[in-house]
Amino acid sequence: MTVMEQRDAYRPTPPPAWQPRTDPAPLLPDARPYRVLGTEAAAKADSELLRRLYAQLVRGRRYNAQATALTKQGRLAVYPSSTGQEACQVAAALVLEERDWLFPSYRDTLAAVARGVDPVQALTLLRGDWHTGYDPYAHRVAPLCTPLATQLPHAVGLAHAARLKGDDVVALAMVGDGGTSEGDFHEAMNFAAVWQAPVVFLVQNNGFAISVPLAKQTAAPSLAHKAVGYGMPGRLVDGNDAAAVHEVLADAVAHARAGGGPTLVEAVTYRIDAHTNADDATRYRADGEVEAWRDHDPILLLERELTGRGLLDEDGIQAAREDAETLAADLRARMNQDPALDPMDLFAHVYAQPTTQLLEQETQLQAELDAEAAGPEGAVR
Amino acid sequence: MTTVALKPATMAQALTRALRDAMAADPSVHVMGEDVGTLGGVFRVTDGLAKEFGDDRCTDTPLAEAGILGAAVGMAMYGLRPVVEMQFDAFAYPAFEQLISHVSRMRNRTRGAMPLPITIRVPYGGGIGGVEHHSDSSEAYYMATPGLHVVTPATVADAYGLLRAAISSDDPVVFLEPKRLYWSKDSWNPDEPDAVEPIGRAVVRRPGRSATLITYGPSVPVCLEAAEAARAEGWDLEVVDLRSLVPFDDETVTASVRRTGRAVVVHESTGFGGPGGEIAARVTERCFHYLEAPVLRVAGFDIPYPPPMLERHHLPGVDRILDAVGRLQWEAES
Repeated sequence: MTVMEQRDAYRPTPPPAWQPRTDPAPLLPDARPYRVLGTEAAAKADSELLRRLYAQLVRGRRYNAQATALTKQGRLAVYPSSTGQEACQVAAALVLEERDWLFPSYRDTLAAVARGVDPVQALTLLRGDWHTGYDPYAHRVAPLCTPLATQLPHAVGLAHAARLKGDDVVALAMVGDGGTSEGDFHEAMNFAAVWQAPVVFLVQNNGFAISVPLAKQTAAPSLAHKAVGYGMPGRLVDGNDAAAVHEVLADAVAHARAGGGPTLVEAVTYRIDAHTNADDATRYRADGEVEAWRDHDPILLLERELTGRGLLDEDGIQAAREDAETLAADLRARMNQDPALDPMDLFAHVYAQPTTQLLEQETQLQAELDAEAAGPEGAVR
Repeated sequence: MTTVALKPATMAQALTRALRDAMAADPSVHVMGEDVGTLGGVFRVTDGLAKEFGDDRCTDTPLAEAGILGAAVGMAMYGLRPVVEMQFDAFAYPAFEQLISHVSRMRNRTRGAMPLPITIRVPYGGGIGGVEHHSDSSEAYYMATPGLHVVTPATVADAYGLLRAAISSDDPVVFLEPKRLYWSKDSWNPDEPDAVEPIGRAVVRRPGRSATLITYGPSVPVCLEAAEAARAEGWDLEVVDLRSLVPFDDETVTASVRRTGRAVVVHESTGFGGPGGEIAARVTERCFHYLEAPVLRVAGFDIPYPPPMLERHHLPGVDRILDAVGRLQWEAES
């Protein structure tokens, strides 16, 4: 048979049958952000939970205001405010059991505080006396993470490890809309889905990554839609509706705890303040936009619901505000004290055992400190 | 006293044995990476571990180095001891942010509350005819990052002992495996491989009086060969194998150079900004009055790692080492 004859005789077989591995339809997010407050679903919400959420929202708003004020007084190097995003912060903290873990980003101080971290210790990173002021194991809150999305694979690994050990621990990891563009976001989502790790990813879509709006950040239909590509459910929720965020996160946490694997939750919210006190938000967004979001304020939404149902009155509102004032006053008083710093701490926690090189440098610094303490007269020449 | 039967073994076999023994001794040790499971790793270093310990202990991960190391961070936070494989030196670069921003400093930022006992195995260096991105010597990057230990064995026994020590270390260890020594054989006693070397001690591989060759990893056998060849010239070279770049054993190195009065640092990595600059500076600071000649460096050229057909011109070989030794102004002696 000639080559040409061989070619003519060749009849390609069809490729083996191919099917999608998973039906994507159940993974797709709702068309519109899920809401509870102001809808019929609100009647089913646990009134005690709503009251707790409300108290924490009011505290959170005051905490944000106080921390921002502390930057103006030079007590904090920087503060990324979560004003307007308190519902996400508070729901993330309250939805977890004590044994669960929270993985916050640098904007999620409030979530850490709502979970029980001491308000001053939660701010040491931003004050500048130590990187992480709290023991992560005390409340199972990972250190506030400054690089974007790098805490997400940690959450996956921790949840995976817990499951390997037979513990029904869930990790909830928080990230912003900008963070979803990072490679670590992708890798974490992929690992979580492949490993079916008990993780919940909460994306707080607050509209801007510093100055870059979501439209320039992603071409995806929504950030929640990214989930389907990994084979995990995506949920879209109104991030200013504390009851809705809590409910969606609670479902996701229960799903993860039951062995159902990870969920990506996108909470649509808005950053009322600038990125940090060092940012000028008037350069990249219109006042009208901010005002429109003020009308959809998380505290007002919940207040309206609670008062409408007779679960909250003027006295209750006043009590919540007084509690928040107490928190702010305590924070102010403690932050106005200069932290006692020991320079020798610089060498204390680099390695389990300091290297000989570090021991030499420790000796050098100690000598410098001794000379400094002795003053000019004590100096020997 | 019984005579121990020494058998030839390869470095790869010793590494496998170290992983197996560590996993058997401590259930919190988990091996993970791309291809480490069913395939046993592209260099077969993890061969048989998945079969013996199960997929949960020796896990084939998705192909994503940042994800591998990032997940290992979380696992370590929860009390496991992950041993991750980066497959090839340059493949580790996507994981650098995790390594530098988190792995190296988690103990520090949490005031010791959250140490991360992670071992990062990085097959490194050239000489195996690898294509681009398969032969880098990236130790300078790791050395420049406080919080990491950086270890590299040159012998079969050290491969075993140092890897066991790395896995039991409470700090993260970058464990650099010289690829071209994977199949080199030493006499080793696999029946009693329990000599666990402490991290941070250099060793004199060959005593000598004329000059010290300070080296590590893949360049150790080259330096030993050079020392043998130098005998013909009447030079008696001492060879110091660092074994650990961080912590650095100033004591052993300094003692050796003070004895010999001359030193050459030898490594594959680029010379400019490379480990040799740091080592030469340390030696000069400590041995200035003992030195008969400046501390010289024999390093790879300051170029991106060359294509395999040219790598022999880049890698420090015996001749280049002997040339440097010759430049140590021998007439000053005698």
